[in-house]
Amino acid sequence: MAEKYDLQEREVWDGNFAASQALRQAQVDVVAAYPITPSTPIVENYGNYVANGYIDGEFVMVESEHAAMSGCVGASAAGGRVSTATSSQGFALMAEVLYQASGMRLPIVLNVVNRALASPLNVRGDHADMYLGRDSGWIQLDAFNAQEAYDLALCAFRIGENHNVRLPVMVHQDGFITSHTAQNVYPLADEVAYNFVGDFQPVDDMLDFSRPVTYGAQTEEDWHFEHKARQHKALMDSRPIIDEVFADFEKVSGRKYNRVETYDMEDAEVAIVALGTTVETARVAAKELRAEEGIKAGVVAIRCFRPFPFDNVRDALENVKSVAVLDRSSPGGAMGAFFNEVSAALYTTANRPLVTNFIYGLGGRDFSIAEAKRIFKEQKAHADAGYITTDIQQFSGLRGPTLGFFQTKRG
Amino acid sequence: MAITSIKNLKDFSTNNDRFEGAHTLCPGCAHSMIVRELMNCTDDNLVISTNTGCLEVSTAVYPFTSWDTSWIHIGFENAATAVSGAEAMHKARKRKGTLKDNDAPVKFVAFGGDGSTFDIGFQWLSGAVERGHDFTYICLDNENYANTGGQRSSATPIGATTSTAQAGSHSYGKKEKKKDIVAIMAAHGAPYVAQLAPNKWKSMAKGFQKALETEGPCFINTVSPCCTEWKFDPKDTIGITDLATDSLMFPVYEIIDGHELNILYRPKNIITVEEYMGAQGRYKHLFKPEYRHVIDQVQKDVNEYWDYLQRREEARV
Repeated sequence: MAEKYDLQEREVWDGNFAASQALRQAQVDVVAAYPITPSTPIVENYGNYVANGYIDGEFVMVESEHAAMSGCVGASAAGGRVSTATSSQGFALMAEVLYQASGMRLPIVLNVVNRALASPLNVRGDHADMYLGRDSGWIQLDAFNAQEAYDLALCAFRIGENHNVRLPVMVHQDGFITSHTAQNVYPLADEVAYNFVGDFQPVDDMLDFSRPVTYGAQTEEDWHFEHKARQHKALMDSRPIIDEVFADFEKVSGRKYNRVETYDMEDAEVAIVALGTTVETARVAAKELRAEEGIKAGVVAIRCFRPFPFDNVRDALENVKSVAVLDRSSPGGAMGAFFNEVSAALYTTANRPLVTNFIYGLGGRDFSIAEAKRIFKEQKAHADAGYITTDIQQFSGLRGPTLGFFQTKRG
Repeated sequence: MAITSIKNLKDFSTNNDRFEGAHTLCPGCAHSMIVRELMNCTDDNLVISTNTGCLEVSTAVYPFTSWDTSWIHIGFENAATAVSGAEAMHKARKRKGTLKDNDAPVKFVAFGGDGSTFDIGFQWLSGAVERGHDFTYICLDNENYANTGGQRSSATPIGATTSTAQAGSHSYGKKEKKKDIVAIMAAHGAPYVAQLAPNKWKSMAKGFQKALETEGPCFINTVSPCCTEWKFDPKDTIGITDLATDSLMFPVYEIIDGHELNILYRPKNIITVEEYMGAQGRYKHLFKPEYRHVIDQVQKDVNEYWDYLQRREEARV
C-alpha cells in the first residue's frame, strides 16, 4: 500500500509538478523514462514518489527516449497503468514507437512539455513537437496552465483506458511558461482522484497466460489498410467518450472542459484561434479591445488537437468575419499546420470567413498582449474591407523587417 | 522452478509445443529449431519479445501466429526494452496482487537477429542488461541481414561475400573482423553469457535452462546457419552447423558472472576453416589463389581465439 501524501486544498505547483501529482494519484504501475528539459521534473518526481513509498510502482530509468516509449509499450501490453514524459528531441526520438503504441491500442499517457526542435538547439517552448506527433494515432489534449496540466492528466488515464477507446493519450503543456511557472492549483483529494480514474482493467493482458496474445503482428496489403482504417475510426469514435469524461470530471472538480473552448465568441466579429498559454494572452487582449475600442473580438482554443474537433471548430467560427490562426511552429515551406486544419474545417461553411496565418513565438519568443491586439485589429481591417488586406501568412514578433508570404490577389 | 528434464531428443522435441510449425521461415532455417529448443526446455509461462527480422516476419503474419504464449514485437531494435518493460510491470503487478495467478513462474525472453543485436539494437540491449532486468536475450546469429536480402552486419566474418560487402575482382568481400559480442556482453557483468549451437542440442538446452533459471539479464549467442545467404542446401543445416562447431568458427562456451569461462564442446577432430568455408557459397571466391591469404588469416584468428578460450578456462579468471 502506498504511503499517504500530505496534500492541501490549494497548492502552489508548476505544470511539471502538477502532472507528476496526477501520476501519483493514478498510482501508475510503470514509468519508463529518459530525462529531457523541460519535462524532466515529471519523471524525477515519479521516481521520488516511488523512492518514498507514495507510489507502489516501478521506475525504469532507460537509456534513451526511444527506449522509454519501447519500455512503456512492453509494460502496457503486460496489463497495467503506464505513463512517461518528454519534450522536443526526446519526442522526436520516440516518434517511431509512438505509432506502435497507438497501433497496438495501448492506453499509455505521455506528458509532452512542448519545446522547439533543433537545429538550432533550443530548450524553450514552441509547438514543433506537438505537430510532429499529429499523425501518430494518439489522442492529443492541450493544457493551457498548471491546473489544466493536472486535470487533463487525470482525464487522460480515464479516456485512454476506456475499453471503447484503448488509445494512448498525450497531454501537452507549454515548455517553461507552464512547466516552470508556479501557480495556484486545486488538486482533488487522493481518493477522489483515484476513484475518478478507476482501477486499471487490462484488455489482452500479456501476463494472463490462460489466453496468450500476440502483439505487433505483421500485415501487408491484405490487412494493413483495414487496421489503419479501424484505428482511425477508434480515434474518431473517442470524441463522445472524451466529452463524457470531461463531464464526469466537472462533477468531481467543478471544472468544465470542452474539446474546443470558446471565449467571448457569442457576438464575435473577429477571432484568434490558438493553443497553449497563448490562449490566455489572446483572451486578455480580446477583453481589453472590447472595452477600449469596441472591437468584437473572441478566442477559440483547441483543447483536443487529436481527434481534431472539425465540427466544433466550424460551429465556433462560422459566424465570424475574419479569423487569425496562430501557429507556434515553423511552417517549413507551407501554410502553418494548424492553419491548414482550421481552414479545412471552415471550407465547408456557407459563410466562409477570411483566414490568415500568423507564425509566432518560435523557440520561446514571448507573445505579448500588445501583439495579440495588433492581430485582432488586422482582422478587423479585413472584416471591414471584406477581403484580406495583408499577406495571408506573416511572421509575428520577429526582429527586423516583417516577413510576409502568400499575398492576396486583391491586396 | 519448472525445468524439463532432457533425456532424449525425441521426447524433448515433443515436450511442450508452444511454437507452431506452420510458420513461413525458409526450409532449412535454424531459427525455428532454436526457438523450439528454448520453448521445450521449460514449462514456465513465457513472455517473448522479438525484434524485427526473419523470425518476426515469419511467425506472426496477421491473422495467424505461431506463438502459443505471450508474444510482442515493436521494432527492429527494441525487443530487449519491450521485455524489460513487461518484466517491470510483472514486478509491479505481483506486488499489487493484480495478476490472475500471482505465484505462477514467468520467464522473460527476447529474440534478435545479429543485425538487431550486434548493430541497430545494441544500445537497447546494453541498456536493458545494465539495468539488470530478469530476462534472457537470445541472438540468432546468421551473420548477415537475411531479412532484407543478405547485407553485411558487424557479425559477418572476414571474407564472406554479401550484397553490401561484395566480392569481386578487386575485393574478397567483408574486410572487417566479426564483433566479439559474447565478450562484450560478458563485460556488461551479465551473470550468464554463452555461445551455443543447435547441433549440440543438449548443451543448448542446458544453456537455455541455466539462463532462464539465473536471476538477472542473461545473453546467449547462437549460430543459426542461413541456407539462403550462406548458400548451402536446406537439408544440410545441421551438417553445416557441425562444420561450424568442429572448425571452431563457432566455439561453444559459457561465461558465468563475467569471468568464469567453461568450454561446453571440445571437438574430437578439429577440422580446418577451409573445410567449413568450402561447404558454403558465400566463401566460394576465397578458393581462388589470389585470396588464399584470407583463408589463412581466418584460420590463424580461429586458432588464436581457441587458445585464448582454453587459457581463460584453465586460469579460472
